[in-house]
Amino acid sequence: MISVKISEEKINPTNSYGEVTDPGVGGTVQFVGTVRNQTKGKKVLRLEFEAYESMAIKEMNKIAETIVAQWSATHVSIHHRVGTLEIKDIAVIISVATPHRKVAFEACQYAINTLKERVPIWKKEIFEDGEVWVAAHP
Amino acid sequence: MKIRLRAFGIAKDILKSGVVELDEDQIQTTGDVKSYLSKAYPEFDDLLTFSLAVRDEYQEDDYMLAENDEVIVIPPVSGG
Repeated sequence: MISVKISEEKINPTNSYGEVTDPGVGGTVQFVGTVRNQTKGKKVLRLEFEAYESMAIKEMNKIAETIVAQWSATHVSIHHRVGTLEIKDIAVIISVATPHRKVAFEACQYAINTLKERVPIWKKEIFEDGEVWVAAHP
Repeated sequence: MKIRLRAFGIAKDILKSGVVELDEDQIQTTGDVKSYLSKAYPEFDDLLTFSLAVRDEYQEDDYMLAENDEVIVIPPVSGG
Protein backbone atom coordinates (compact mmCIF):
# COMPACT_ATOMS: atom_id res chain seq x y z
CA MET A 1 0.00 0.00 0.00
CA ILE A 2 1.24 3.44 -0.89
CA SER A 3 0.10 6.62 0.85
CA VAL A 4 1.34 9.99 -0.41
CA LYS A 5 0.05 13.28 0.93
CA ILE A 6 0.78 17.01 0.98
CA SER A 7 -1.16 19.08 3.46
CA GLU A 8 -1.20 22.34 5.38
CA GLU A 9 -2.39 20.53 8.49
CA LYS A 10 0.02 19.12 11.05
CA ILE A 11 1.31 15.66 10.18
CA ASN A 12 1.59 12.96 12.77
CA PRO A 13 4.08 10.04 13.18
CA THR A 14 1.44 7.84 14.82
CA ASN A 15 -0.95 8.26 11.89
CA SER A 16 1.84 7.56 9.40
CA TYR A 17 2.88 4.45 11.37
CA GLY A 18 -0.75 3.32 11.49
CA GLU A 19 -0.85 3.35 7.71
CA VAL A 20 2.01 0.87 7.36
CA THR A 21 1.31 -1.61 10.18
CA ASP A 22 0.49 -5.09 8.91
CA PRO A 23 0.76 -8.67 10.22
CA GLY A 24 3.29 -9.48 7.47
CA VAL A 25 5.65 -6.65 8.43
CA GLY A 26 8.80 -7.42 10.44
CA GLY A 27 10.34 -3.95 10.54
CA THR A 28 9.30 -0.36 10.05
CA VAL A 29 11.70 2.56 9.65
CA GLN A 30 10.31 6.05 10.04
CA PHE A 31 12.09 9.28 9.13
CA VAL A 32 10.74 12.45 10.70
CA GLY A 33 12.11 15.75 9.42
CA THR A 34 11.60 18.71 11.76
CA VAL A 35 12.22 22.45 11.68
CA ARG A 36 15.56 23.34 13.27
CA ASN A 37 16.09 26.56 15.22
CA GLN A 38 19.28 27.64 13.45
CA THR A 39 21.20 27.47 10.17
CA LYS A 40 24.98 27.89 10.30
CA GLY A 41 24.62 29.55 13.69
CA LYS A 42 21.94 31.96 12.55
CA LYS A 43 18.64 31.92 14.43
CA VAL A 44 15.71 30.71 12.33
CA LEU A 45 12.29 32.07 13.31
CA ARG A 46 10.15 29.84 11.09
CA LEU A 47 10.02 28.15 7.67
CA GLU A 48 7.64 28.58 4.81
CA PHE A 49 7.13 25.58 2.51
CA GLU A 50 5.61 25.76 -0.94
CA ALA A 51 4.89 22.89 -3.35
CA TYR A 52 3.95 22.47 -6.97
CA GLU A 53 1.44 20.01 -5.72
CA SER A 54 0.35 17.90 -8.69
CA MET A 55 3.93 17.19 -9.76
CA ALA A 56 5.17 16.78 -6.17
CA ILE A 57 2.52 14.11 -5.57
CA LYS A 58 3.53 12.39 -8.81
CA GLU A 59 7.23 12.41 -7.86
CA MET A 60 6.48 11.18 -4.32
CA ASN A 61 4.43 8.34 -5.82
CA LYS A 62 7.38 7.42 -8.07
CA ILE A 63 9.62 7.19 -4.98
CA ALA A 64 7.10 4.98 -3.19
CA GLU A 65 6.62 2.76 -6.26
CA THR A 66 10.40 2.36 -6.62
CA ILE A 67 10.63 1.29 -2.98
CA VAL A 68 7.91 -1.30 -3.40
CA ALA A 69 9.54 -2.63 -6.59
CA GLN A 70 13.23 -2.55 -5.58
CA TRP A 71 13.13 -3.26 -1.84
CA SER A 72 9.93 -5.32 -1.76
CA ALA A 73 8.43 -2.95 0.77
CA THR A 74 5.00 -3.94 1.99
CA HIS A 75 3.82 -0.40 2.70
CA VAL A 76 5.20 3.10 2.17
CA SER A 77 3.79 6.35 3.54
CA ILE A 78 5.23 9.75 2.55
CA HIS A 79 3.61 12.88 3.96
CA HIS A 80 4.90 16.42 3.49
CA ARG A 81 3.57 19.56 5.08
CA VAL A 82 3.39 22.96 3.37
CA GLY A 83 2.64 26.47 4.61
CA THR A 84 4.18 28.17 7.63
CA LEU A 85 6.00 25.88 10.07
CA GLU A 86 7.34 26.81 13.48
CA ILE A 87 10.49 25.47 15.17
CA LYS A 88 10.12 21.74 16.05
CA ASP A 89 7.15 21.32 13.68
CA ILE A 90 7.28 18.22 11.50
CA ALA A 91 7.89 18.96 7.81
CA VAL A 92 8.05 15.41 6.47
CA ILE A 93 7.33 11.87 7.65
CA ILE A 94 8.36 8.78 5.71
CA SER A 95 7.41 5.31 6.97
CA VAL A 96 8.66 2.20 5.22
CA ALA A 97 7.48 -1.24 6.34
CA THR A 98 9.15 -4.41 5.08
CA PRO A 99 9.18 -8.11 6.03
CA HIS A 100 12.80 -7.78 7.29
CA ARG A 101 14.46 -4.75 8.87
CA LYS A 102 17.61 -4.23 6.76
CA VAL A 103 15.93 -3.09 3.58
CA ALA A 104 13.58 -0.81 5.50
CA PHE A 105 16.57 1.37 6.52
CA GLU A 106 17.94 1.45 2.98
CA ALA A 107 14.60 2.20 1.39
CA CYS A 108 13.76 4.97 3.86
CA GLN A 109 17.11 6.64 3.22
CA TYR A 110 16.55 6.38 -0.54
CA ALA A 111 13.14 8.00 -0.06
CA ILE A 112 14.31 11.07 1.86
CA ASN A 113 17.41 11.55 -0.33
CA THR A 114 15.37 11.35 -3.55
CA LEU A 115 12.64 13.58 -2.14
CA LYS A 116 15.25 16.26 -1.38
CA GLU A 117 16.71 15.95 -4.90
CA ARG A 118 13.61 15.76 -7.09
CA VAL A 119 10.30 16.60 -5.47
CA PRO A 120 9.19 20.16 -6.36
CA ILE A 121 8.88 21.55 -2.83
CA TRP A 122 10.72 24.65 -1.65
CA LYS A 123 11.45 26.08 1.77
CA LYS A 124 12.21 29.61 2.78
CA GLU A 125 14.01 30.31 6.03
CA ILE A 126 12.79 33.37 7.89
CA PHE A 127 15.46 35.06 10.03
CA GLU A 128 15.24 38.10 12.29
CA ASP A 129 16.82 40.25 9.57
CA GLY A 130 15.56 38.69 6.33
CA GLU A 131 14.60 35.53 4.49
CA VAL A 132 16.32 33.06 2.16
CA TRP A 133 15.11 30.35 -0.24
CA VAL A 134 17.11 27.33 0.94
CA ALA A 135 19.70 25.85 -1.49
CA ALA A 136 18.79 28.23 -4.32
CA HIS A 137 22.31 29.58 -4.81
CA PRO A 138 25.68 27.81 -4.99
CA MET B 1 5.12 30.48 -29.82
CA LYS B 2 2.66 31.33 -27.09
CA ILE B 3 3.32 29.63 -23.73
CA ARG B 4 2.57 30.23 -20.10
CA LEU B 5 5.30 30.11 -17.44
CA ARG B 6 4.38 29.08 -13.92
CA ALA B 7 7.06 29.73 -11.32
CA PHE B 8 7.70 28.62 -7.76
CA GLY B 9 10.13 29.44 -4.95
CA ILE B 10 12.84 31.91 -5.87
CA ALA B 11 11.83 31.71 -9.57
CA LYS B 12 8.57 33.42 -8.64
CA ASP B 13 10.55 36.21 -6.94
CA ILE B 14 12.80 36.63 -10.01
CA LEU B 15 9.84 36.78 -12.41
CA LYS B 16 7.97 38.97 -9.89
CA SER B 17 4.91 36.84 -10.61
CA GLY B 18 3.77 33.25 -10.31
CA VAL B 19 2.46 33.26 -13.88
CA VAL B 20 3.97 34.92 -16.97
CA GLU B 21 2.49 34.73 -20.47
CA LEU B 22 5.07 34.67 -23.28
CA ASP B 23 4.67 35.05 -27.02
CA GLU B 24 8.15 34.68 -28.51
CA ASP B 25 8.92 33.47 -32.03
CA GLN B 26 12.30 32.05 -30.99
CA ILE B 27 10.78 29.69 -28.41
CA GLN B 28 10.22 26.15 -29.72
CA THR B 29 11.81 23.92 -27.06
CA THR B 30 12.34 23.94 -23.29
CA GLY B 31 16.00 24.78 -24.03
CA ASP B 32 14.79 27.93 -25.81
CA VAL B 33 12.79 28.86 -22.71
CA LYS B 34 15.92 28.47 -20.57
CA SER B 35 17.92 30.70 -22.93
CA TYR B 36 15.13 33.26 -22.94
CA LEU B 37 14.94 33.30 -19.14
CA SER B 38 18.73 33.63 -18.71
CA LYS B 39 18.78 36.57 -21.10
CA ALA B 40 15.63 38.34 -19.88
CA TYR B 41 16.27 37.65 -16.17
CA PRO B 42 20.04 37.30 -15.52
CA GLU B 43 19.33 36.31 -11.90
CA PHE B 44 18.49 32.81 -13.21
CA ASP B 45 22.19 32.33 -13.98
CA ASP B 46 23.03 32.97 -10.31
CA LEU B 47 20.98 29.95 -9.23
CA LEU B 48 22.61 26.60 -8.49
CA THR B 49 20.47 25.11 -11.28
CA PHE B 50 16.99 25.45 -12.64
CA SER B 51 14.80 22.93 -14.41
CA LEU B 52 11.66 23.03 -16.48
CA ALA B 53 8.69 20.72 -16.34
CA VAL B 54 5.78 20.21 -18.71
CA ARG B 55 2.74 18.05 -17.90
CA ASP B 56 4.11 17.40 -14.40
CA GLU B 57 7.35 15.80 -15.69
CA TYR B 58 10.90 17.18 -15.76
CA GLN B 59 11.90 17.78 -19.40
CA GLU B 60 15.30 17.84 -21.09
CA ASP B 61 16.30 20.89 -23.15
CA ASP B 62 15.23 19.30 -26.47
CA TYR B 63 11.56 18.88 -25.46
CA MET B 64 9.36 20.31 -28.23
CA LEU B 65 6.73 22.64 -26.85
CA ALA B 66 3.21 22.98 -28.23
CA GLU B 67 1.21 26.17 -28.53
CA ASN B 68 -0.26 27.24 -25.15
CA ASP B 69 1.82 24.75 -23.15
CA GLU B 70 2.28 25.51 -19.50
CA VAL B 71 5.96 25.38 -18.57
CA ILE B 72 6.83 25.08 -14.89
CA VAL B 73 9.99 26.87 -13.77
CA ILE B 74 11.64 24.79 -11.04
CA PRO B 75 14.53 26.37 -9.10
CA PRO B 76 16.63 24.09 -6.83
CA VAL B 77 14.20 22.11 -4.69
CA SER B 78 14.56 22.07 -0.90
CA GLY B 79 11.81 19.92 0.55
CA GLY B 80 12.24 17.62 3.53
